[in-house]
Amino acid sequence: MNWDWDVVGDYMPRFWDGVQLTLQALVLGSLIAFGLGLVWAIAQRSPYRWVRWPVSAVTEFIRSTPLLVQLFFLFYVVPEWGPSMSPLTTGIVGLGLHYSTYTAEVYRAGIGGVPQGQWEAATALSLPRVRTWLAVILPQAIRRVVPALGNYVIAMLKDSPMIAIIGALDMFGEARSFSNETFTSEAYVVVGVAFVVIAYPASVLIRLLERRLVLTS
Amino acid sequence: MMTSGMFTNYFLPGIWITVQVTVYSALLAAAVAFLVGTLRTSRLWIVRFLAGCYFEIFRGMSALVFMFFLVFSLPLMLRWQLVPMWAGVLALGLTYGAYGSEIVRGALAAVPVAQREAGVALGFSRSQRLRRVEIPQAWPEMVPPFNNLLIELLKGTALVSVIMVSDVTFAANLVRFANNESAPVYTLLLVVYFAMAFVLTRGMRLLERRAKAGVGQEQPRGGLLRRGLHEDAGEGAGALTAGGAAR
Repeated sequence: MNWDWDVVGDYMPRFWDGVQLTLQALVLGSLIAFGLGLVWAIAQRSPYRWVRWPVSAVTEFIRSTPLLVQLFFLFYVVPEWGPSMSPLTTGIVGLGLHYSTYTAEVYRAGIGGVPQGQWEAATALSLPRVRTWLAVILPQAIRRVVPALGNYVIAMLKDSPMIAIIGALDMFGEARSFSNETFTSEAYVVVGVAFVVIAYPASVLIRLLERRLVLTS
Repeated sequence: MMTSGMFTNYFLPGIWITVQVTVYSALLAAAVAFLVGTLRTSRLWIVRFLAGCYFEIFRGMSALVFMFFLVFSLPLMLRWQLVPMWAGVLALGLTYGAYGSEIVRGALAAVPVAQREAGVALGFSRSQRLRRVEIPQAWPEMVPPFNNLLIELLKGTALVSVIMVSDVTFAANLVRFANNESAPVYTLLLVVYFAMAFVLTRGMRLLERRAKAGVGQEQPRGGLLRRGLHEDAGEGAGALTAGGAAR
């Protein structure tokens, strides 16, 4: 067993830089996923088939192809005819886009769970469409799905090291370059432990949140 | 533009490796899922605790990081090396097995208590009860979430390209290095994964139909019981897919 605590000590400053980047990617990626997912979910309830059908097809396609390949696509193909993005930006867009197709399903379940009477009441009060969504349906729908959305944030955290493959220096990217430079391997263990240490309290938190929201709703 | 030689020489062998990795890690994951999932319903707290630890650790762990640990850290620390493909299979199987164990545990918990009690009353041992009564009834409920997990696993196999396993993603990267035409290569790669996911989903639908029919056929007279089971399955599946939103 070869284990050198000095190597761990040398890696720690870079580890904290990496944690910052990981959290940044996670927060921004989540914001994109939450926003875009809602757009997909509402578009899938559109009365027009030419809106519903393409949105379903695109989300289904994104959901059943690997995030890693999507990142390659965004990083190598999109710059050929579109904007050229830094690895971190590509990673954030990729994570957000990929997970928006999951959050879309979550929102869809939440919107489907709003009783039919709420829609009818909004019609009876002749509320405009926008106001029906914003003031009646979404507040009730989103409240129930907060824990499920939280679960996807944790899932996104676990997928975030993939952005290191296209060159972003998140915790895992820092570990990879540190290990390559120093011919050591302790950094991977540090990152592995860090993932469990971050993910476990987060999942406990979500379980508590779930219990609380279920009790009061 | 991509030539057909590139497809047959690089993509096809890559697809075959991806299929192999998917099948092996799915088998490992299924074994882990059933083992850990049933252990988590054990009566002994220490067994439950250890199985729970396994679940929490591997659910929190990123498969990619674990793969790198197996390939780069383990040989340096233990002086013992795994073939990259088996390291990938091990990492995917253990990680997705942990997710699967939650499905198995949930489905077992959703089997009506009366079934367990009937097994006790008939003097079945614990393992007989699991094998003959609880798992056969929980199985149809497990199939739809297992389908989702299998698709996730298929997507996860793209990660093995990073540890130098020549799967289809690795092949696509090689082709891109060779001819620098990234658009057709990665588009084709995405389509290949989508097609594989589609085939898997169709297969699992078939399995689901057969599993549901199996439960129905085993209870030819019990019309009431069958309906009861069916409602139960609907509820359980809803809770699993909507992540608690349905409750």
